[in-house]
Amino acid sequence: MANPLKCDLCAKPATVHLTQIVNNKVHKVDLCESCAQAKGVTDPSGFSLADLLLKASLNPEPSMAGVRCEQCGFTQNDFKKHGRFGCPACYEAFKTLVEPMLDNMHKGTTHTGKIPQCALARKSLYDRLTKLELDLTEAIKSERYEDAARARDEISQVKQSVPSNPKPAR
Amino acid sequence: MTIASLIDTPSELTDAASNKTAIVLMTRIRLARNIAGRSFPGWAKPAQREETLAVCRDAVAATSPMKRSLNITVGELTELEKQILVERHLISRELSGAKSGAGVIISKDQAFSVMVNEEDHLRIQVLRSGFQLKKAWTAINELDSALEEHLDYAFTPTLGYLTACPTNLGTAMRASAMMHLPALVISNQMEKVVRAVNQLGMVVRGLFGEGSDASGSIFQISNQTTLGESEEEIIKRLHSVLQSIIEHELNAREKLLEADAAKLFDKIGRAFGILQNSHVLSSGEAMNLLSLIRLGIDLSVFPDASRCVIDRLFIEAQPGHLQHAQKGEFEPGQRDLLRATRLRSEFANFVRPDFTFSTNGKN
Ligand SMILES: [Zn+2]
Ligand SMILES: [Zn+2]
Repeated sequence: MANPLKCDLCAKPATVHLTQIVNNKVHKVDLCESCAQAKGVTDPSGFSLADLLLKASLNPEPSMAGVRCEQCGFTQNDFKKHGRFGCPACYEAFKTLVEPMLDNMHKGTTHTGKIPQCALARKSLYDRLTKLELDLTEAIKSERYEDAARARDEISQVKQSVPSNPKPAR
Repeated sequence: MTIASLIDTPSELTDAASNKTAIVLMTRIRLARNIAGRSFPGWAKPAQREETLAVCRDAVAATSPMKRSLNITVGELTELEKQILVERHLISRELSGAKSGAGVIISKDQAFSVMVNEEDHLRIQVLRSGFQLKKAWTAINELDSALEEHLDYAFTPTLGYLTACPTNLGTAMRASAMMHLPALVISNQMEKVVRAVNQLGMVVRGLFGEGSDASGSIFQISNQTTLGESEEEIIKRLHSVLQSIIEHELNAREKLLEADAAKLFDKIGRAFGILQNSHVLSSGEAMNLLSLIRLGIDLSVFPDASRCVIDRLFIEAQPGHLQHAQKGEFEPGQRDLLRATRLRSEFANFVRPDFTFSTNGKN
């Protein structure tokens, strides 16, 4: 080879060459000494080729350029820089960016494993509560007192079934 | 529990003597979890990190496996203490380098550890000595469910557990086994194994070194992908991959004995001689020598009961543990002297090798 391979992350000559096969696709990564160090290639417990591929191959999606996560202010450029998202809500905000990546990265695109039953039950109760409180305000505003009374009853019912969330003692 | 008493208690990895640990030294499962509505640690502001840390530490400490655990922030640990925890696989290098707002909770028996504000809010881990994937999953599943009663995990039905890096989405589970594969290394088959295992969606890494010539011939095999399969399916697949690696290693041992037993016994005998008599030993060389003694134990050159001594030495010959035992700061060069001294004294009273009964490759 006439030209030495260049590092995928910066332009220095690459000295570390890695090949990994993920779902029958061959991925090659070439790195210079310092990027290999920085990426933890020499620290086996911290290294994932998939992470590297993610950063090296990520091309900005023009349609996503102005999008920000409302929850945490993260942008597409931040993702390109860090290879990590800002908060859980980013997955909704950057849906069109994430979805095509998953195919390459994982065995499937839909979760089929464990479900956090308690957390989901709590969430659906919180959501119900939020909706009922909205109903109540609306009903009072438009002087529908029967509706308001019904909403108030339901609120107290839901509140009783919300598992009390005691602050555990240290 | 204090960090000092934890360090003076041997780790989960070093206390099992049975030959169940012959090829798989240790099983480890790690789950990544995040709290809904909070920025991931890498993006969170310092105040947000502190808040997440407080919430998570309280929730973790309240679970029953974590009764009387060590509950400590990274800032409270000295460099040496951090290094020892890394060498015992209880925290990651990434966590040990965290500036502020990070912590770890380690169970009294050192089987469970929960890192807070590493790459994700929570990195829950269980260690079991030997080949115990199913038991490890049952244990970590229970701890995770107990935590979930108090914490609102970030989760969606399609993407599963939401993680800072999309490569961990779904189950957010990394299951792994630490395997001792000296015969595959000696017979130059490791590269082939790595390739075959990769094709099955699993990753092979050297534990103490790099790539296919890791020192000590100890490798970590884990699942690569986390989305699209249930935890049980991943574990089943990993289990069968590990099973077939065990068979390959046993075959390779038999072939080595058939082809040239004297050559193999020579390696083991020389390793014993060096460990008894050397005065300068690098970490890499020490690992390789210990690995040969361990192979000798599997081949009945040494008694089964010595296996746990070797597994303890694999950890105690690491720089942090050496330094702790000697109570002082040492240059890498001095460490090699210390390591040799330490191993000389361990091997002074070690059972002498007996090559007379070592005729089959399977213990
Ligand atoms: Zn570079
Ligand atoms: Zn966000």
